[in-house]
Amino acid sequence: MSRYANNPEAIRNLIRPTEVHRDVYIDQEVFELEMKHLFANTWVFVGHESQTPNKGDYFTTEIGTQPVIMVRHSDNEIYVLHNRCPHKGTKIAIDRTGNTGKFFRCPYHAWSFKTNGCLLAIPLRKGYKDTGLEESESVNGMAPVGAVKNYRGFIFARLNKEGPDFESFFGEALSSFDNMVDRSPEGRLEVAGPPLRYMHRCNWKMLVENQTDTCHPMVAHESSAGTAIDLWEKMDKPEGTQKPMAMEVIAPFMSPYEFFENMGIRTWPNGHGHTGVHHSIHSDYSAIPGYYEQMVEAYGEERAKAILGENRHNTVYFPNIMIKGPIQQLRLFTPIAADKTLVESYIYRLVGAPDMLLERTAMYNRMINAPTSMVGHDDLEMYERAQEGLHSDGLEWVNVQRLYQEGENFDEIAVENGTTERQMRNQFHAWEKYMTMTMEGDAQ
Amino acid sequence: MKAPTRDDLIDFVYEEARMLDDGRFDEWLDLWTHDSYYWMPLDYNQEDAKHVTSLLHEDAFMRKLRVERFKGERTFSQKPKTRCHHVLNRPFIDHMDEEKGEYVTHTAFHYVETRLDDQILLAATARHELKLIEGKLKITHKRVDLLNSDAAFGNIQMFL
Ligand code: FES
Ligand SMILES: [Fe+2]
Repeated sequence: MSRYANNPEAIRNLIRPTEVHRDVYIDQEVFELEMKHLFANTWVFVGHESQTPNKGDYFTTEIGTQPVIMVRHSDNEIYVLHNRCPHKGTKIAIDRTGNTGKFFRCPYHAWSFKTNGCLLAIPLRKGYKDTGLEESESVNGMAPVGAVKNYRGFIFARLNKEGPDFESFFGEALSSFDNMVDRSPEGRLEVAGPPLRYMHRCNWKMLVENQTDTCHPMVAHESSAGTAIDLWEKMDKPEGTQKPMAMEVIAPFMSPYEFFENMGIRTWPNGHGHTGVHHSIHSDYSAIPGYYEQMVEAYGEERAKAILGENRHNTVYFPNIMIKGPIQQLRLFTPIAADKTLVESYIYRLVGAPDMLLERTAMYNRMINAPTSMVGHDDLEMYERAQEGLHSDGLEWVNVQRLYQEGENFDEIAVENGTTERQMRNQFHAWEKYMTMTMEGDAQ
Repeated sequence: MKAPTRDDLIDFVYEEARMLDDGRFDEWLDLWTHDSYYWMPLDYNQEDAKHVTSLLHEDAFMRKLRVERFKGERTFSQKPKTRCHHVLNRPFIDHMDEEKGEYVTHTAFHYVETRLDDQILLAATARHELKLIEGKLKITHKRVDLLNSDAAFGNIQMFL
């Protein structure tokens, strides 16, 4: 029996000021409504333009659970099309990347489409003469998504035709993307290799919440970061030996609570927010020779200092990505089912910057976010235990109360103590909004 | 050992896998030279270990850290512990240079890892670069290519 479809009241009742009902994580009907409403009403990350540098280059991915193709058309613009033949539904492309030339050709009956989706040709077309094909949906070719935006190379799409525009949805949150891209002396990023792909048996929102959960690193990651510090201290080494890159990456995970409290959290409207307002675990990396000089050359000293002085930790773009500006990483949390999420971790090259920066970025990605990562293992362990634990009938509500203040207004930008769970509450506030936005329309 | 025979090289590769299966990690760490790397690429035929992501690219410090972490009291994803099991094809000897004491082997194998009710099976190929140092064979580089390195995995906890 359906409990939540067309029932915005029931959806709203899942979210309280300081707690959320377990159904937001474990109920498959809620999950399907997220796909239908939340992932259709919001701007969702698709890919980076450097993944399709040439005309006809395409990349297949999902927006929520919707298969789509991102493709560079002959006008050099990037289009996002539903990956479904308008004839009988066959997926047009199934390899992750490729070049299709001037048109897509369906492998089943050879209908063909321009790279903007328009129907180009049907073999033996006379068979459709006087059948009214012109009035069918199929004649329009591969359906485009509702709207596409290329923001400084990052491609976002909104599935619904109507909805919030890109700028008002993200607003000032885009400053984290700006900082990441500005770190290239040329103001340009390029994807570096394929992403890590890590399957999680938990709800996608657990991953998103964990991005601003600053009270877990020193606990869950003690086994890796704490052990690393111990080993390094006990190691026989000449006085003043410089910490290897790997230690610089992993050791800050063991920073004490005050460090995380003082680093601050900023929340923006619509569920976006970031940790590391004042400093972060990325602040104390060693300088890479030559890089600062390149930045000064490109931007002037004052501006270069401002760009490099901003060391935001994790920025969450609601609903399902996180970026790390100082190390040029983007993690995409793609929902598959209420209890299944694919995490893909991408890294980018700062065009024009020394390779050594990319070396650190690649090291961070594999050390922290790989399925073989000593750090990632303990995160996943916690998510999976939570996904299982939530089925316990002992309690039905999940607590997100830390540093709650009466009358919080999520439409206002706020900077708070770095251990607040305000950003999680902010996400659920946005969740409720975008879940019910089109539901009420259904009911009318 | 003076110059290792083909059988010595093959025995070495088998013995290494057995150490991992038996959980004799400290012995296993001693098989490596101090500047060696364990590399598991992410991409099919990947050539660059540093500027694109790999699954693993671990020096002596990182290998030691992984082993110490296994033993740790607060290693939650290792409560209970993972166990592993290797089935090796007979290694090919790809290169023997007795003068320099350098050897390369190529070994196809199946690897099983288990914890609680989960069990995964991976097909992989290992390329060992070995060197004879003070009469003992040591690993200078080990590359492990997973057949499905580009697939989405859950946790892979141990060294393959
Ligand atoms: S299904 Fe695509 S052409 Fe028939
Ligand atoms: Fe974590």
